[in-house]
Amino acid sequence: MNLIQIDAQSWAKGIEKLKAVYRTFGPKKEKNDLEFKELQAGELPELHFQNTRMSPKALVYPQTQAMFTYSLDESREDCRILKEVKRDEKPQAAIGIRPCDALAFKLVQRNFDSREYQDVYWINAYEATTLVGLACDHPCSTCFCTSAGTGPFGEEGLDVLLIQQNDTLYAKAITQKGESLIQAAGWKSAAAKDAAGNMDALKTKAESEISAFVETDKLKQKKIMEIYEAPFWEAETFSCINCGTCTFVCPTCWCFDIQDETHGKSGVRMRNWDTCMSPLFTIHASGHNPREHKYERVRQRFMHKLKYYVDKYNDGIQCVGCGRCIRSCPVNIDIRKICNKMNSFDPQSCSCEVASS
Amino acid sequence: MQNPYLPYPVRIDQITVETEDKSLKTFKFVFINPDDEKRFAYKSGQFAELSVTGMGEIPIGIASSPTEKGFVKFTVFRTGKVTSYLHSMKQGEIMGIRGPLGNAFPWETLEGKNVVIIGGGFAFTTLRSSIITMLDPANRPKFKDIHVIYGARSPGMLLYKDELQAWAQRSDIHMNITVDGTDDPNWKFHKGFVPTITEKYAPPGNADTYAIVCGPPIMIKFTQPVLDNLGYSHDNIIMSLENRMKCGIGICGRCNIGKDLVCKDGPVFTLSQLNTMPKEY
Repeated sequence: MNLIQIDAQSWAKGIEKLKAVYRTFGPKKEKNDLEFKELQAGELPELHFQNTRMSPKALVYPQTQAMFTYSLDESREDCRILKEVKRDEKPQAAIGIRPCDALAFKLVQRNFDSREYQDVYWINAYEATTLVGLACDHPCSTCFCTSAGTGPFGEEGLDVLLIQQNDTLYAKAITQKGESLIQAAGWKSAAAKDAAGNMDALKTKAESEISAFVETDKLKQKKIMEIYEAPFWEAETFSCINCGTCTFVCPTCWCFDIQDETHGKSGVRMRNWDTCMSPLFTIHASGHNPREHKYERVRQRFMHKLKYYVDKYNDGIQCVGCGRCIRSCPVNIDIRKICNKMNSFDPQSCSCEVASS
Repeated sequence: MQNPYLPYPVRIDQITVETEDKSLKTFKFVFINPDDEKRFAYKSGQFAELSVTGMGEIPIGIASSPTEKGFVKFTVFRTGKVTSYLHSMKQGEIMGIRGPLGNAFPWETLEGKNVVIIGGGFAFTTLRSSIITMLDPANRPKFKDIHVIYGARSPGMLLYKDELQAWAQRSDIHMNITVDGTDDPNWKFHKGFVPTITEKYAPPGNADTYAIVCGPPIMIKFTQPVLDNLGYSHDNIIMSLENRMKCGIGICGRCNIGKDLVCKDGPVFTLSQLNTMPKEY
């Protein structure tokens, strides 16, 4: 592995250089939390933190995004004809993104960039983005990345991985995009020969600090309807207030709404993050709602991430183990518990009321 | 990269009030850029997003047939925000359509087979498209017997009345038009609910006979046991579903039923497929 060593001074200098080439984002203090924000001149990304409150998905997939503009002015020739919004194609870099959040982009990519349809907004933004990861040395108690397809030093989805040891940073380019960024920052001092070994030791130590896990090995082999009809859904989701926080903080939740917003005679067709926790998400114009009850909506979220996605793509769950939904849930619903219940559910051994009566 | 959310601009060429209560209108659209008509190459059973600028989009089945050139037609029930506005629009106004979307009825499978079309209420739009397609002189030899069972609450609530009359005169299609009830002494078709008429007039099920069933949930609920009794296998019962949609291209995530998205993996499913899926529609 080709490690580059970055001391505090060249770090600060490099970040300033990057700002000339990229819109540069990093974790910044926001009240009591950290959020990914654009770094202004002189600002450095915060590097001592566990994770940002919101996932960095908005860098590629903004919470609100203009898709088209239109005019309703009858005197104009283009009245009612939608026009594409010019998109900012300037490259952007996310510095200090956690490996779990980087993997999330790869999972979500399957939705936005399929064989049949390409979501130009997501794809253009993703292609313009370089992800500079920061390995986790102190995972949270709610982190379960090692059983969700990545780990505190996971590299998948990243262009560069940064590893912190005391006051020194080590950078490892993973992709060509990453190499270009390191070059643009002017970081070039090769790390000492024993650095790679030290990094491996740090990685092992960080992985051993992960104390939470999910079991996912039996999800694929089960039938959708067996888990869907499992008797635990109502009880497990009873306390849910359908606030939707889990879906908003989640790096792999991708659902959106499209709305036209008109001011006077001009307007914007925009898309906004949406949440499957809301009854409005699925209600028909007739008033019929296929997911009328709260438990059906919560079940949808877990079934989507832990069963439908698993069956559809055959490459693991639609969850990276960041633990945000667990930390943010006002009623302590825990995806780890639900996942393990789904994984271990055996319809044969179920002694629910219907079966015994 | 083409933007799949950008509708083709169209002009409303003609508006036809279909039903006596005026809740259903057929909109005939002409593409403003003639090349867009070629890009919009579709098959019977597909749908499109009708885009009313400033109001939003609605997913609606395509009622015209690919054999009809120069325009596309959609029959729309007035029910929500966009459809209510659309009903107030006038001939000549500009809007958009995006598509074609979703899967058509399985025409390759249906070739060489008997086709039984069972429809109720205003879910007859893609069925009209299908009948027009099959009756096209170039296509009619590809199918064996064609039966149609179509019911509405009253004679005035039937869609496409003139075409129904014309089809009823033909010998190459067995029309069974029915209404729930009427006091019109000149009514010359059936009276009775769709399941009852199906029981009496649908051909028996066999490997060479497929039923396409579209209608309100109550009609489907009572028609299915009738088809079971007639010997239709669930692989030979084809249905078209609706769910709330936004993108129509399998990305926005709201119309799923289990792992399948109604917009992209449907809207056409066989009853066998639906039997293995959650009833979230």
